[in-house]
Amino acid sequence: MSALSHFLESEGLATAGISLVREHTERMEPPRSLWVPFELGRPFGAPDDAAFQHRVLAATLALFEAGPRPVLVDFPDDAPVKALAVETGGWACPIAFPPPPIDPNDLGAAVAAEIGQLAPWYEESRRALGRTSVSGQAFSVEEAAAHATLFLDTPPETGMAAVVRLKGALEDLKAFYAEAAAARPGASSADMADWLWQETALGRLIFTLSKTLATHEDEALRYMAARSLVPRAQAEKAKATAAP
Amino acid sequence: MVRLTDMMEDDRNHLLSRPCPRFDGDPWVEGPPLAERRIAIVTTAGLQVRSDAAFDFRTAEYRVIPGSIEGKDLVMSHTSVNFDRTGFQSDTNVVFPIDRLRELESDGSIGSLANYHYAFNGAYMEPAGYEDKAREVAALLKGDNVDAVLMVPV
Repeated sequence: MSALSHFLESEGLATAGISLVREHTERMEPPRSLWVPFELGRPFGAPDDAAFQHRVLAATLALFEAGPRPVLVDFPDDAPVKALAVETGGWACPIAFPPPPIDPNDLGAAVAAEIGQLAPWYEESRRALGRTSVSGQAFSVEEAAAHATLFLDTPPETGMAAVVRLKGALEDLKAFYAEAAAARPGASSADMADWLWQETALGRLIFTLSKTLATHEDEALRYMAARSLVPRAQAEKAKATAAP
Repeated sequence: MVRLTDMMEDDRNHLLSRPCPRFDGDPWVEGPPLAERRIAIVTTAGLQVRSDAAFDFRTAEYRVIPGSIEGKDLVMSHTSVNFDRTGFQSDTNVVFPIDRLRELESDGSIGSLANYHYAFNGAYMEPAGYEDKAREVAALLKGDNVDAVLMVPV
Protein backbone atom coordinates (compact mmCIF):
# COMPACT_ATOMS: atom_id res chain seq x y z
CA MET A 1 0.00 0.00 0.00
CA SER A 2 2.77 2.44 0.93
CA ALA A 3 4.58 1.66 -2.32
CA LEU A 4 1.45 2.30 -4.40
CA SER A 5 0.95 5.62 -2.58
CA HIS A 6 4.51 6.63 -3.37
CA PHE A 7 4.17 5.76 -7.06
CA LEU A 8 0.79 7.50 -7.49
CA GLU A 9 1.95 10.62 -5.65
CA SER A 10 5.10 10.76 -7.78
CA GLU A 11 2.80 10.77 -10.84
CA GLY A 12 1.09 13.92 -9.50
CA LEU A 13 -1.84 12.39 -7.61
CA ALA A 14 -2.47 13.28 -3.96
CA THR A 15 -2.93 10.15 -1.83
CA ALA A 16 -4.12 9.51 1.72
CA GLY A 17 -4.26 6.01 3.09
CA ILE A 18 -5.05 3.77 5.98
CA SER A 19 -2.20 2.03 7.77
CA LEU A 20 -2.94 -1.30 9.44
CA VAL A 21 0.66 -2.05 10.41
CA ARG A 22 2.21 1.11 11.85
CA GLU A 23 5.74 -0.32 11.76
CA HIS A 24 5.55 -0.72 7.96
CA THR A 25 4.31 2.83 7.49
CA GLU A 26 7.03 4.26 9.73
CA ARG A 27 9.67 2.55 7.60
CA MET A 28 8.27 3.34 4.14
CA GLU A 29 6.99 6.87 4.82
CA PRO A 30 4.14 7.22 2.32
CA PRO A 31 2.85 10.82 2.04
CA ARG A 32 -0.25 10.69 4.29
CA SER A 33 -1.42 7.84 6.54
CA LEU A 34 -3.93 7.23 9.29
CA TRP A 35 -2.89 4.33 11.49
CA VAL A 36 -5.89 2.41 12.79
CA PRO A 37 -5.78 -0.18 15.61
CA PHE A 38 -8.13 -2.55 13.81
CA GLU A 39 -8.00 -6.20 12.93
CA LEU A 40 -6.39 -7.08 9.59
CA GLY A 41 -9.19 -7.35 7.04
CA ARG A 42 -11.22 -4.47 8.52
CA PRO A 43 -9.58 -1.17 7.53
CA PHE A 44 -12.75 0.79 8.38
CA GLY A 45 -13.08 -0.95 11.72
CA ALA A 46 -16.59 -2.30 12.01
CA PRO A 47 -19.02 -3.86 9.53
CA ASP A 48 -22.61 -2.63 9.61
CA ASP A 49 -21.65 0.48 11.57
CA ALA A 50 -21.93 3.42 9.18
CA ALA A 51 -21.29 6.00 11.90
CA PHE A 52 -17.97 4.45 12.89
CA GLN A 53 -16.94 3.96 9.25
CA HIS A 54 -17.67 7.64 8.67
CA ARG A 55 -15.39 8.60 11.56
CA VAL A 56 -12.51 6.61 10.09
CA LEU A 57 -13.18 7.92 6.59
CA ALA A 58 -13.37 11.54 7.77
CA ALA A 59 -10.09 11.16 9.66
CA THR A 60 -8.43 9.76 6.54
CA LEU A 61 -9.81 12.38 4.16
CA ALA A 62 -8.74 15.14 6.57
CA LEU A 63 -5.14 14.15 5.82
CA PHE A 64 -5.49 15.68 2.33
CA GLU A 65 -5.44 19.05 4.08
CA ALA A 66 -2.62 18.16 6.53
CA GLY A 67 1.15 18.46 6.31
CA PRO A 68 4.09 18.54 6.21
CA ARG A 69 5.16 15.25 4.68
CA PRO A 70 5.16 12.48 5.85
CA VAL A 71 1.88 12.66 7.74
CA LEU A 72 1.21 9.75 10.11
CA VAL A 73 -1.72 10.22 12.47
CA ASP A 74 -3.09 7.66 14.95
CA PHE A 75 -6.82 7.01 15.02
CA PRO A 76 -7.74 7.29 18.70
CA ASP A 77 -10.26 4.49 19.19
CA ASP A 78 -10.47 0.73 18.87
CA ALA A 79 -13.26 -0.69 16.74
CA PRO A 80 -16.52 -1.25 18.62
CA VAL A 81 -16.94 -4.89 19.60
CA LYS A 82 -20.17 -6.80 19.25
CA ALA A 83 -20.50 -8.07 22.82
CA LEU A 84 -23.34 -10.50 22.13
CA ALA A 85 -21.44 -13.76 22.40
CA VAL A 86 -19.67 -12.80 25.59
CA GLU A 87 -22.85 -11.59 27.25
CA THR A 88 -24.90 -14.61 26.29
CA GLY A 89 -22.40 -17.28 27.27
CA GLY A 90 -20.56 -17.85 24.00
CA TRP A 91 -21.34 -18.29 20.35
CA ALA A 92 -22.04 -21.67 18.79
CA CYS A 93 -22.60 -22.58 15.18
CA PRO A 94 -26.24 -23.42 14.45
CA ILE A 95 -25.18 -26.90 13.32
CA ALA A 96 -23.64 -29.56 15.59
CA PHE A 97 -21.38 -31.65 13.43
CA PRO A 98 -20.62 -35.33 14.10
CA PRO A 99 -17.20 -36.33 15.47
CA PRO A 100 -14.27 -36.01 13.06
CA PRO A 101 -13.55 -38.98 10.79
CA ILE A 102 -10.34 -40.78 11.65
CA ASP A 103 -9.64 -41.94 8.11
CA PRO A 104 -8.43 -38.99 6.01
CA ASN A 105 -10.07 -40.64 3.02
CA ASP A 106 -13.40 -39.83 4.66
CA LEU A 107 -12.69 -36.10 4.67
CA GLY A 108 -14.38 -35.51 1.33
CA ALA A 109 -17.54 -37.25 2.51
CA ALA A 110 -17.43 -35.38 5.81
CA VAL A 111 -17.15 -32.01 4.05
CA ALA A 112 -19.96 -32.94 1.69
CA ALA A 113 -22.14 -33.82 4.68
CA GLU A 114 -21.32 -30.49 6.37
CA ILE A 115 -22.24 -28.60 3.22
CA GLY A 116 -25.61 -30.33 3.18
CA GLN A 117 -26.22 -29.40 6.81
CA LEU A 118 -25.11 -25.80 6.37
CA ALA A 119 -26.99 -25.14 3.12
CA PRO A 120 -30.28 -23.96 4.70
CA TRP A 121 -28.37 -21.60 7.01
CA TYR A 122 -26.34 -20.25 4.11
CA GLU A 123 -29.56 -19.54 2.21
CA GLU A 124 -30.98 -17.81 5.28
CA SER A 125 -27.88 -15.59 5.57
CA ARG A 126 -27.93 -14.86 1.87
CA ARG A 127 -31.56 -13.74 2.08
CA ALA A 128 -30.83 -11.58 5.11
CA LEU A 129 -27.73 -9.96 3.61
CA GLY A 130 -29.05 -9.68 0.08
CA ARG A 131 -25.68 -10.84 -1.20
CA THR A 132 -23.01 -13.51 -0.91
CA SER A 133 -19.24 -13.34 -1.06
CA VAL A 134 -19.13 -16.86 -2.53
CA SER A 135 -17.92 -16.12 -6.05
CA GLY A 136 -19.38 -19.26 -7.62
CA GLN A 137 -17.06 -18.65 -10.55
CA ALA A 138 -15.58 -22.02 -11.36
CA PHE A 139 -17.49 -24.39 -9.11
CA SER A 140 -20.60 -24.84 -7.04
CA VAL A 141 -19.66 -25.37 -3.38
CA GLU A 142 -20.25 -29.12 -3.76
CA GLU A 143 -17.96 -29.19 -6.81
CA ALA A 144 -15.42 -27.03 -4.97
CA ALA A 145 -15.25 -29.56 -2.13
CA ALA A 146 -14.90 -32.47 -4.56
CA HIS A 147 -12.18 -30.63 -6.48
CA ALA A 148 -10.21 -29.84 -3.30
CA THR A 149 -10.48 -33.43 -2.10
CA LEU A 150 -8.81 -34.68 -5.29
CA PHE A 151 -5.60 -32.94 -4.18
CA LEU A 152 -5.36 -35.21 -1.11
CA ASP A 153 -4.36 -38.09 -3.33
CA THR A 154 -3.20 -37.23 -6.84
CA PRO A 155 -3.57 -33.56 -7.79
CA PRO A 156 -5.52 -33.40 -11.05
CA GLU A 157 -3.47 -30.41 -12.22
CA THR A 158 -0.31 -28.54 -11.25
CA GLY A 159 1.29 -25.13 -11.68
CA MET A 160 -0.15 -21.67 -11.15
CA ALA A 161 -3.43 -22.44 -12.89
CA ALA A 162 -4.00 -25.27 -10.42
CA VAL A 163 -3.17 -23.00 -7.50
CA VAL A 164 -5.58 -20.28 -8.62
CA ARG A 165 -8.41 -22.78 -9.13
CA LEU A 166 -7.81 -24.62 -5.85
CA LYS A 167 -7.47 -21.36 -3.90
CA GLY A 168 -10.66 -20.10 -5.47
CA ALA A 169 -12.48 -23.32 -4.55
CA LEU A 170 -11.27 -23.13 -0.94
CA GLU A 171 -12.08 -19.44 -0.56
CA ASP A 172 -15.61 -20.12 -1.79
CA LEU A 173 -15.98 -23.01 0.65
CA LYS A 174 -14.77 -20.90 3.58
CA ALA A 175 -17.09 -18.06 2.61
CA PHE A 176 -20.01 -20.49 2.36
CA TYR A 177 -19.27 -21.88 5.83
CA ALA A 178 -18.78 -18.44 7.39
CA GLU A 179 -21.93 -17.00 5.88
CA ALA A 180 -23.93 -20.07 6.97
CA ALA A 181 -22.57 -19.84 10.51
CA ALA A 182 -23.35 -16.10 10.59
CA ALA A 183 -27.03 -17.04 10.54
CA ARG A 184 -26.55 -17.33 14.28
CA PRO A 185 -25.41 -13.83 15.22
CA GLY A 186 -22.96 -12.92 17.92
CA ALA A 187 -19.76 -14.54 16.67
CA SER A 188 -16.59 -12.51 16.75
CA SER A 189 -14.20 -12.98 13.86
CA ALA A 190 -12.03 -15.05 16.24
CA ASP A 191 -14.99 -17.29 17.19
CA MET A 192 -15.72 -17.84 13.53
CA ALA A 193 -12.10 -18.62 12.64
CA ASP A 194 -11.65 -21.01 15.58
CA TRP A 195 -14.85 -22.83 14.65
CA LEU A 196 -13.97 -23.17 10.98
CA TRP A 197 -10.36 -24.20 11.45
CA GLN A 198 -10.50 -26.26 14.64
CA GLU A 199 -13.97 -27.82 14.56
CA THR A 200 -15.05 -28.53 10.98
CA ALA A 201 -14.11 -31.21 8.47
CA LEU A 202 -13.36 -28.40 6.02
CA GLY A 203 -10.70 -27.09 8.40
CA ARG A 204 -9.25 -30.59 8.70
CA LEU A 205 -9.33 -30.99 4.92
CA ILE A 206 -7.31 -27.81 4.41
CA PHE A 207 -4.85 -28.67 7.19
CA THR A 208 -4.38 -32.08 5.52
CA LEU A 209 -3.94 -30.49 2.09
CA SER A 210 -1.31 -28.21 3.56
CA LYS A 211 0.67 -31.17 4.89
CA THR A 212 0.17 -33.36 1.81
CA LEU A 213 1.11 -30.74 -0.78
CA ALA A 214 4.07 -29.43 1.21
CA THR A 215 6.21 -32.19 -0.28
CA HIS A 216 4.70 -32.32 -3.78
CA GLU A 217 7.10 -32.15 -6.71
CA ASP A 218 5.28 -29.15 -8.21
CA GLU A 219 6.78 -25.86 -6.98
CA ALA A 220 3.55 -23.85 -7.19
CA LEU A 221 1.62 -26.39 -5.10
CA ARG A 222 4.45 -26.53 -2.56
CA TYR A 223 4.51 -22.74 -2.29
CA MET A 224 0.76 -22.59 -1.79
CA ALA A 225 0.87 -25.33 0.84
CA ALA A 226 3.53 -23.54 2.81
CA ARG A 227 2.22 -19.99 2.58
CA SER A 228 -1.34 -19.73 1.50
CA LEU A 229 -3.61 -22.45 2.83
CA VAL A 230 -3.70 -22.33 6.64
CA PRO A 231 -3.58 -19.06 8.59
CA ARG A 232 -0.43 -18.82 10.69
CA ALA A 233 -2.45 -18.13 13.85
CA GLN A 234 -4.58 -21.24 13.34
CA ALA A 235 -1.55 -23.41 12.60
CA GLU A 236 -0.02 -22.17 15.85
CA LYS A 237 -3.23 -22.96 17.76
CA ALA A 238 -3.45 -26.45 16.27
CA LYS A 239 0.17 -27.08 17.23
CA ALA A 240 -0.49 -25.93 20.79
CA THR A 241 -3.59 -28.13 21.05
CA ALA A 242 -1.72 -31.18 19.74
CA ALA A 243 1.21 -30.68 22.12
CA PRO A 244 1.24 -32.96 25.19
CA MET B 1 -5.95 -5.11 17.37
CA VAL B 2 -3.87 -4.81 15.21
CA ARG B 3 -1.06 -3.91 17.44
CA LEU B 4 1.84 -6.21 16.83
CA THR B 5 2.07 -6.88 20.55
CA ASP B 6 -1.45 -8.37 20.43
CA MET B 7 -0.66 -10.82 17.65
CA MET B 8 0.46 -14.42 17.84
CA GLU B 9 4.20 -14.82 17.48
CA ASP B 10 4.26 -16.27 13.95
CA ASP B 11 2.05 -13.48 12.60
CA ARG B 12 4.10 -10.81 14.34
CA ASN B 13 7.40 -12.21 13.10
CA HIS B 14 6.04 -12.52 9.56
CA LEU B 15 4.88 -8.90 9.47
CA LEU B 16 8.14 -7.61 10.93
CA SER B 17 10.13 -9.53 8.33
CA ARG B 18 8.28 -8.02 5.34
CA PRO B 19 10.44 -5.89 3.04
CA CYS B 20 9.69 -2.20 3.58
CA PRO B 21 11.94 -0.21 1.23
CA ARG B 22 12.16 3.56 1.47
CA PHE B 23 11.84 4.81 -2.13
CA ASP B 24 13.82 7.73 -3.50
CA GLY B 25 12.20 11.14 -3.50
CA ASP B 26 9.54 12.67 -1.30
CA PRO B 27 6.58 13.26 -3.62
CA TRP B 28 3.94 15.57 -2.19
CA VAL B 29 0.98 16.86 -4.15
CA GLU B 30 -1.41 19.49 -2.83
CA GLY B 31 -4.90 20.25 -4.08
CA PRO B 32 -8.14 22.10 -3.55
CA PRO B 33 -10.39 21.74 -0.47
CA LEU B 34 -12.10 18.38 -0.02
CA ALA B 35 -15.43 19.78 -1.13
CA GLU B 36 -13.90 20.35 -4.55
CA ARG B 37 -11.96 17.10 -4.90
CA ARG B 38 -12.73 14.13 -7.14
CA ILE B 39 -11.95 10.95 -5.21
CA ALA B 40 -11.10 7.39 -6.25
CA ILE B 41 -10.41 4.32 -4.12
CA VAL B 42 -7.31 2.21 -4.70
CA THR B 43 -7.41 -0.95 -2.60
CA THR B 44 -5.01 -3.84 -2.14
CA ALA B 45 -7.78 -6.16 -0.94
CA GLY B 46 -7.87 -8.30 -4.08
CA LEU B 47 -11.41 -7.15 -4.91
CA GLN B 48 -13.03 -7.78 -8.25
CA VAL B 49 -16.39 -7.54 -9.92
CA ARG B 50 -17.98 -10.98 -9.53
CA SER B 51 -17.71 -11.74 -13.25
CA ASP B 52 -14.01 -10.78 -13.48
CA ALA B 53 -11.15 -13.28 -13.26
CA ALA B 54 -9.67 -14.05 -9.86
CA PHE B 55 -6.23 -12.58 -9.12
CA ASP B 56 -3.14 -14.49 -10.11
CA PHE B 57 -1.03 -13.77 -7.06
CA ARG B 58 2.35 -13.82 -8.75
CA THR B 59 1.62 -10.69 -10.75
CA ALA B 60 0.98 -7.03 -9.89
CA GLU B 61 -2.16 -6.97 -12.01
CA TYR B 62 -5.16 -4.84 -11.04
CA ARG B 63 -8.91 -4.97 -11.51
CA VAL B 64 -11.16 -2.08 -12.54
CA ILE B 65 -14.17 -1.46 -10.31
CA PRO B 66 -16.85 0.71 -11.91
CA GLY B 67 -18.05 3.70 -9.89
CA SER B 68 -21.61 2.38 -10.08
CA ILE B 69 -20.69 -0.87 -8.30
CA GLU B 70 -23.00 -2.29 -5.65
CA GLY B 71 -21.51 -4.20 -2.74
CA LYS B 72 -23.36 -7.38 -3.70
CA ASP B 73 -21.40 -7.49 -6.97
CA LEU B 74 -17.96 -7.35 -5.31
CA VAL B 75 -16.01 -10.48 -4.37
CA MET B 76 -12.51 -10.97 -2.96
CA SER B 77 -9.83 -13.26 -4.37
CA HIS B 78 -6.93 -12.00 -2.26
CA THR B 79 -4.21 -14.59 -1.82
CA SER B 80 -3.50 -14.26 1.89
CA VAL B 81 -5.38 -16.36 4.41
CA ASN B 82 -4.06 -14.30 7.31
CA PHE B 83 -6.77 -11.69 7.68
CA ASP B 84 -10.43 -11.62 8.60
CA ARG B 85 -12.99 -11.90 5.81
CA THR B 86 -16.13 -12.10 7.93
CA GLY B 87 -16.34 -8.31 8.17
CA PHE B 88 -16.33 -8.01 4.37
CA GLN B 89 -18.85 -10.84 4.09
CA SER B 90 -21.22 -8.89 6.32
CA ASP B 91 -20.61 -5.40 4.92
CA THR B 92 -18.35 -4.57 1.98
CA ASN B 93 -17.98 -1.00 3.26
CA VAL B 94 -15.63 -2.17 6.01
CA VAL B 95 -13.10 -2.74 3.19
CA PHE B 96 -14.42 -0.69 0.28
CA PRO B 97 -16.37 2.29 1.68
CA ILE B 98 -18.23 3.19 -1.48
CA ASP B 99 -21.58 3.80 0.24
CA ARG B 100 -19.95 6.11 2.81
CA LEU B 101 -18.25 8.08 0.01
CA ARG B 102 -21.54 8.38 -1.87
CA GLU B 103 -23.08 9.84 1.28
CA LEU B 104 -20.26 12.40 1.49
CA GLU B 105 -20.76 13.24 -2.18
CA SER B 106 -24.50 13.71 -1.62
CA ASP B 107 -24.02 16.10 1.29
CA GLY B 108 -21.33 18.06 -0.48
CA SER B 109 -18.45 17.12 1.83
CA ILE B 110 -16.47 15.92 -1.18
CA GLY B 111 -16.68 17.16 -4.74
CA SER B 112 -17.35 13.98 -6.71
CA LEU B 113 -16.49 10.31 -7.06
CA ALA B 114 -14.42 8.80 -9.84
CA ASN B 115 -15.95 6.84 -12.67
CA TYR B 116 -13.62 3.94 -11.85
CA HIS B 117 -11.78 2.58 -8.80
CA TYR B 118 -8.90 0.09 -8.81
CA ALA B 119 -7.99 -3.04 -6.86
CA PHE B 120 -4.65 -4.80 -6.46
CA ASN B 121 -3.80 -8.03 -4.65
CA GLY B 122 -1.33 -6.82 -2.07
CA ALA B 123 0.31 -9.92 -0.74
CA TYR B 124 2.82 -11.72 -2.87
CA MET B 125 4.86 -9.13 -4.75
CA GLU B 126 7.71 -7.12 -3.30
CA PRO B 127 6.71 -3.43 -3.09
CA ALA B 128 8.84 -2.33 -6.05
CA GLY B 129 7.10 -4.90 -8.24
CA TYR B 130 3.96 -2.76 -8.31
CA GLU B 131 5.61 0.28 -9.88
CA ASP B 132 4.72 -0.26 -13.53
CA LYS B 133 1.10 -1.13 -12.88
CA ALA B 134 0.78 1.70 -10.35
CA ARG B 135 1.97 4.22 -12.94
CA GLU B 136 -0.48 2.71 -15.44
CA VAL B 137 -3.31 3.23 -12.95
CA ALA B 138 -2.08 6.78 -12.26
CA ALA B 139 -2.59 7.64 -15.93
CA LEU B 140 -6.10 6.19 -15.84
CA LEU B 141 -6.96 8.15 -12.69
CA LYS B 142 -5.68 11.40 -14.19
CA GLY B 143 -7.74 10.72 -17.30
CA ASP B 144 -10.75 10.53 -14.99
CA ASN B 145 -9.80 13.95 -13.50
CA VAL B 146 -9.19 12.39 -10.07
CA ASP B 147 -7.20 14.60 -7.71
CA ALA B 148 -7.43 12.61 -4.46
CA VAL B 149 -6.84 8.88 -4.06
CA LEU B 150 -8.03 7.03 -0.98
CA MET B 151 -5.58 4.19 -0.39
CA VAL B 152 -7.09 1.21 1.44
CA PRO B 153 -5.17 -1.90 2.53
CA VAL B 154 -6.70 -5.03 3.96
